[in-house]
Amino acid sequence: MMIIKMRDIVGTFASNKDIAKEIRTQTLIPLLEKEGEELIIDFEGVDGATQSFIHALISEPMRRVGTSKFFEKVTFKTCNEKIQAIIIIVGDYMQAGLE
Amino acid sequence: MVAALGMKVRSEKISHKIISKSGHYLERMGLFRLWGIESGMHIKAHEESGKFIPLTIVRTEKELSELLENIIPIFHLSEYPEQADTMRYIIDEVTRNVIEHAGLDTNALVCVQYYPRSKKIRIGIADTGLGLRATLSRHHHISSHLHAIQQALWPGITGTTSKPGGSEQNAGAGLFFTKSMARVNKDYFFIYSGDAMFKLLEPKENDRLSIPVDPFADRHTKEEGLPFWKGTAVGIDITLEQTLQFRVLLNALNDVMKEATRERRRKMERRKPRFI
Repeated sequence: MMIIKMRDIVGTFASNKDIAKEIRTQTLIPLLEKEGEELIIDFEGVDGATQSFIHALISEPMRRVGTSKFFEKVTFKTCNEKIQAIIIIVGDYMQAGLE
Repeated sequence: MVAALGMKVRSEKISHKIISKSGHYLERMGLFRLWGIESGMHIKAHEESGKFIPLTIVRTEKELSELLENIIPIFHLSEYPEQADTMRYIIDEVTRNVIEHAGLDTNALVCVQYYPRSKKIRIGIADTGLGLRATLSRHHHISSHLHAIQQALWPGITGTTSKPGGSEQNAGAGLFFTKSMARVNKDYFFIYSGDAMFKLLEPKENDRLSIPVDPFADRHTKEEGLPFWKGTAVGIDITLEQTLQFRVLLNALNDVMKEATRERRRKMERRKPRFI
């Protein structure tokens, strides 16, 4: 099981979409496309995130592997209420667009 | 907007005459410095931290991060530090739109002022880039600058794709979130692009609190045929006393965003029969 510590990569506010793209293309998608691999995205120490950042991080992986497989394989850890709310928004509208 | 316009002109071509009492404010906000000219005024500069952000050019992610860092002291000085989330969010989303969509060599120009007496924070963000119509026309049929404003504020419409749910890098929700935050908080929101502008009006007292998908369903004024602005300008006031907690705002936006995406997908799936 792989763990991505977001604080080390984005600092306390996750908004830089170039960084989201880097995580998405270099880590998230390759890992999700491997059989049996699981991933934890840990937001410990991150105070906030924009919808744009979370979209850039997870929307394409959700499209590629399908939403149910995505949520089976990816777990979000230590998210505060604001970050949780944004992940839920992106997860919900992506599912609405794909279902 | 004036500051952004002046940046397109060579310093030696700019002449000025200050006739307003508030001329020193323009100096303190860095207007003349930005244009590379002398104002002729000599003022004692007060510490800006916590009160305002002077006119600031943002071209890169790094400059945007630095700007956001400078915003935080404003909230620590106010009685409403928890509202920093809303402000940081709005500035990030709107400024990032400029960096990403306004075109090569385009700067976002940002300034922020805190008014302690009215407990208001005013934000202005302007660019002289492509404008909303040109940006959105890449993937959508856009009939006018006003139509472009309407579409830019519509959730799920982005200049990078016509797919429901957006592209891998853009969802088309940044301006919708920003406008909706202003709507829910009864704040001022204004956007100008090309020859058109849209201004959100304060809802009537007995209006039901709702977040419509169509910005023109909000109480608003709009105008076309205005002096042409090549680019986009956005103005937002945040009244700190009446600003809802950021998390509550997000929860309110979830259903709207989900339904808008679903509706967009339904529309795209509807195919008309072909007759030959």
